[in-house]
Amino acid sequence: MSWWLIILLAIGAYGFKALGVVLLGGRQLSPVLQRCLVLIPAALLGALIAKDTFTTAQKFSVDARLAGLIVAIGATWKKVPLVLVIVLGVGSTALVRAIA
Amino acid sequence: MEKRRSIPADIRPIISSALVISVAVGVFAVSFGVVSVASGASVMQTCALSLFVFTGASQFSAVSVIGAGGSVASALGGSLLLAARNGVYGLSLAPTLRGSLGKRLLAAHFVIDETTALASAHGDLRLRRWAFWACGISLYIFWNIGTLIGALIGNSIDPETYGLDAAFPVVFTAMIVPHLRTRNGRRAASFGAIATVALAPFLPIGLPILVATLGILFGVSPNQSEAEPI
Repeated sequence: MSWWLIILLAIGAYGFKALGVVLLGGRQLSPVLQRCLVLIPAALLGALIAKDTFTTAQKFSVDARLAGLIVAIGATWKKVPLVLVIVLGVGSTALVRAIA
Repeated sequence: MEKRRSIPADIRPIISSALVISVAVGVFAVSFGVVSVASGASVMQTCALSLFVFTGASQFSAVSVIGAGGSVASALGGSLLLAARNGVYGLSLAPTLRGSLGKRLLAAHFVIDETTALASAHGDLRLRRWAFWACGISLYIFWNIGTLIGALIGNSIDPETYGLDAAFPVVFTAMIVPHLRTRNGRRAASFGAIATVALAPFLPIGLPILVATLGILFGVSPNQSEAEPI
């Protein structure tokens, strides 16, 4: 592998990470912009949950991860501590995969 | 004022969550180390990727393109597209990461999926800061140790056997709850979920998530008679 790839990727990845933090750091924003920015985690976590559960290699797929998601939703609903939510979600995915 | 020497009670669950997430992610780091060396990177190059790029999806994408015989340009293009969402996270974390420029530039290296998820789940600024730094530092340590182990040993347990591929959606599910308390939050999350899965087959990897970001435009209209989540 070329070191150039690693150097350029490190610079590019850091550039993206720093962009938002430095751009907005300490600045007072308009109410509309604030209302939009506060929705970033909702939009992106929704996207990540769906992508990580329902796609494999850019294609729609349903597999044992769905069991983990359902258990995680139930456990979160019951206000189970996060540590236990993770263990239950991961464990049920492994179980369904082992049985299937 | 809380005691300085012991970890405050409200911080302990944040730290234990950060550690559990880090262990799951660490197993993926071992498999990254294995895949990276198998794709032709040296041990030192593999570790450099985890130390200096530190964003998992981009790293996996880069080594898999190179491993398949792709050019540096194509590996870079795909990886940077995957890294672009960290720029969006930075916008959302900026109010949490106020401080000197030096501290913000250091914090920026830890701006990734997991730190954003954990920090944004808390309404209180102090808890958000703890969540960000605890998750960032522990993930960084586990990610890099895992990478080194995988690169040296050359084989790994299959994360999927233990259901660890579900760790990401599971963590994000628990973290998204506070954001679903407002109508705009529910709209943004639904839009993001549907857009990403619907567009995945048609757009280059990394791009559907950027399209999902458009869900924040629901914020243009105010939440009527509902409390803001944060």
